[in-house]
Amino acid sequence: MNRSATAPANNVLPPPIERYTLLGWIYKNLFNTWYNALLTFLTVGIIYAIGKPAITWAIEQARWEVILVNIRLLMVGQYPIEQVWRIWLCLHLLAAVGGLSWGVWIRGYRIWGLLFLISTLGLAFLPSMSASASRGQLIALDIVALAGFGLGRLGGKRLQRTVINLWILYFPLVILIVRGLNSPEGAVPVVPSNLWGGLLLTFLLTVVGILFSFPLGILLALGRRSPLPIVRWVSIAYIELIRGVPLVTILFMAQVMLPLFLPAGMSIDRVLRAMVGIVLFTAAYQAENIRGGLQAIPYGQYEAAHALGLSGVQSTMFIILPQALRNVIPVLVGQFIALYKDTSLVAIVGLLDLLGIAKSIVSQPQFIGLQREAYLFVTAIYWLFSYFMAYLSQRLEVALGVGER
Amino acid sequence: MSENQENREPIIICDEVHKWYGNFHALRGVSMEVRKGEVIVIFGPSGSGKSTFIRTLNRLEEHQRGRIVVDGIELSHDIRNIEAIRSEVGMVFQQFNLFPHLTVAQNIMLAPLWVRKWRKDKAEQIVVQLLERVGIPEQAHKYPGQLSGGQQQRVAIARALAMQPKIMLFDEPTSALDPEMIKEVLDVMVGLAKSGMTMLVVTHEMGFARAVADRMFFFDQGQIVESGTPEEIFKSPKEDRTKLFLSQILSH
Repeated sequence: MNRSATAPANNVLPPPIERYTLLGWIYKNLFNTWYNALLTFLTVGIIYAIGKPAITWAIEQARWEVILVNIRLLMVGQYPIEQVWRIWLCLHLLAAVGGLSWGVWIRGYRIWGLLFLISTLGLAFLPSMSASASRGQLIALDIVALAGFGLGRLGGKRLQRTVINLWILYFPLVILIVRGLNSPEGAVPVVPSNLWGGLLLTFLLTVVGILFSFPLGILLALGRRSPLPIVRWVSIAYIELIRGVPLVTILFMAQVMLPLFLPAGMSIDRVLRAMVGIVLFTAAYQAENIRGGLQAIPYGQYEAAHALGLSGVQSTMFIILPQALRNVIPVLVGQFIALYKDTSLVAIVGLLDLLGIAKSIVSQPQFIGLQREAYLFVTAIYWLFSYFMAYLSQRLEVALGVGER
Repeated sequence: MSENQENREPIIICDEVHKWYGNFHALRGVSMEVRKGEVIVIFGPSGSGKSTFIRTLNRLEEHQRGRIVVDGIELSHDIRNIEAIRSEVGMVFQQFNLFPHLTVAQNIMLAPLWVRKWRKDKAEQIVVQLLERVGIPEQAHKYPGQLSGGQQQRVAIARALAMQPKIMLFDEPTSALDPEMIKEVLDVMVGLAKSGMTMLVVTHEMGFARAVADRMFFFDQGQIVESGTPEEIFKSPKEDRTKLFLSQILSH
C-alpha cells in the first residue's frame, strides 16, 4: 500500500516557494540561453533607437503650446465660452456619482482614485492654467469626487439602489444640460448642436451609441433566433443589410435619408442624425456578437428553465441572457471601443469631433507645421479612454467570475 | 399498500402516445396510468424511448399522437396549459443542468420567486429547509461549479422540490456520477419516495428499484414490453427480452 495515501492530513507538505533576487530574475528570464540573451539585446536596442529620438523631440522640439492655446476648442469645440460652465457642471455631477459609486461598491483600489486626484491636480497646477478658470474647476472636481466617495463609504449598501438610479438619470440630464432649454431668456439657453464639438461631441456620440446600440443589439440577436418567422426574417435582413455597408455610407445616408421618414416640417439636427447612424450600425454588429454568446449556452439550460415552469421571457432574462452576455464581454467591449474610435468618421459629414477639431486647428496659418503635436495629443486621448474601457471590461470579468464556474 | 393505491385516482394518464424524430418512430403507442404516491421505475436499453417518454410528460418533447393528461390537465399546444403543468411537475436531469451563474440558493429560489410569486423571506426559508433535506445545508452560497457531481445533483433535486411539485420526474439521475456519489443521491431519492411523492424514475439502479418502486416498466424499441411489481420483474419476468436485459445488467 502507498504510504502517502494513508498519511494523516496534517502531514501534507506545503508547495515549494520560489524566491528570486533581482539579478536572479533577470538571469532566469532574460539571459538563460544565448539566443534569449541575443533577443534581449536586440529588443532593447530597437526600443532605444525608436524611443530616443521620439522623446528628444517631445521634450526639446515639440511646440506643445498649440494644444494649450486651443485646449478649449479641442475639449468642447465652438461651444459658447459663457456657457462652458454647463460642461463643467456635467463633469462635477460625473465626479459626484462616480465617487459615490466608488465608495459604495469598490472601496478598495484606492490607487486608481489617487491617480485620478493626482492627475487632475497636476493639470490644475500646470503653469498655463493659472490664467483660466479651469484651475478652480479642476480642484472643485476633486473635492466633489472626494465628497461623493466619503458619502458612499458612510451610506454603504443602503445607497446601492439610489446610485443606480442616479446613473440612469445622469445621461439624459447631461444631454439636457448640454443642449439647454427652449426658453430664450432662461439660465440655460439652447446651444445648437452644430456648435458642439471636440472631445465633448466624441463622448456624446460614444455614450449615446453604447446606451442605445446595446439593447437594440440584444433584441436583434434574440429576434434572429426567434421561432417566429417574421421576426426572424426582419432581424436577419436588418443585420445583413447593415453589415454589408460601410459606416461612412450609413452616416451619409443618415444625413440625407433620415428626413424622408419624418413628417413634413419636422427636422432633426445633424448630430442626432449621426447618433442614429452610429447606433444602427453598431447594433447590427453587437447582435451578431451576442448571438455568438447565445449559441454557446447548452440546450440543457433552456430545458431546465422550462421544466421549472419559467416563461420564455423569464428564462431569457434570468438564465440565458446573463450567461450569454457574460461569455462575450470581451467582444462586446471591443465593439464599443471600435465605436468610440469610429466616431471620428463624423468629420466626413461635417461635424467637428476631437479629430475634426485637431485637423481644423493645424490647417490655420499660425499653426501650420504642428500636425505632430496635435495628432499625438488626440492619439493620447483616444488611447487613454480606450484603455480605460478595456480595463473596466477586465474588472467586470473578474467581478462576474468569468472562466471560474 | 397496493390495495390502498388501487383506489386512488390516476394523476398521470397516457393513452397510445406516439412520437417520431423525423422518420424514426421513437414512441410506439405507450399507455400508462400512474396513481398518486406511486413510485415508477422505467428501465430498458439505450434508445428504447424511456427518456423520450418521461420528457413528453412535461412537454420537453412533444408527442404527435395519443393523449397525455397530467393532474387533470391535457397536454396540448396551449402554452398556458404547458406552463401550468410544468410548475406542478419537477424534473431532474442526467447532466444536472444547474444554472452556473447563480448560487445554490438562487438556483433554488428562482422559480418560487418568479413562477409562484412568493415573497423573498418565504423562498429563503424553503432554501434552508430543502438544503437540510438533501444533506448540504452549508453550501447555499456556493456556485454549482464549486460542488461535486453528487452535491450538484442533490441541489438539482432541491431546486425541483422548491416548486412543491405533485410529481417528480428523474431522467437517469445517477448516470453521470462517479460511483461513490451515486449513493448520496439515491439516499435522497429513497427519502423522497418514502415521503409519498409521486415519482417516475428512469434508471438502471436496480437496488433502488427493488427498495422503493411500486411498479416497474421495461421499455424496448419505443414500447412497453413488460410491467409489474419489482417482485414480479426480478423473480419471474415473462418476456424473453426482459430476461435477457436483466441478465445483462445484473450479471456483475
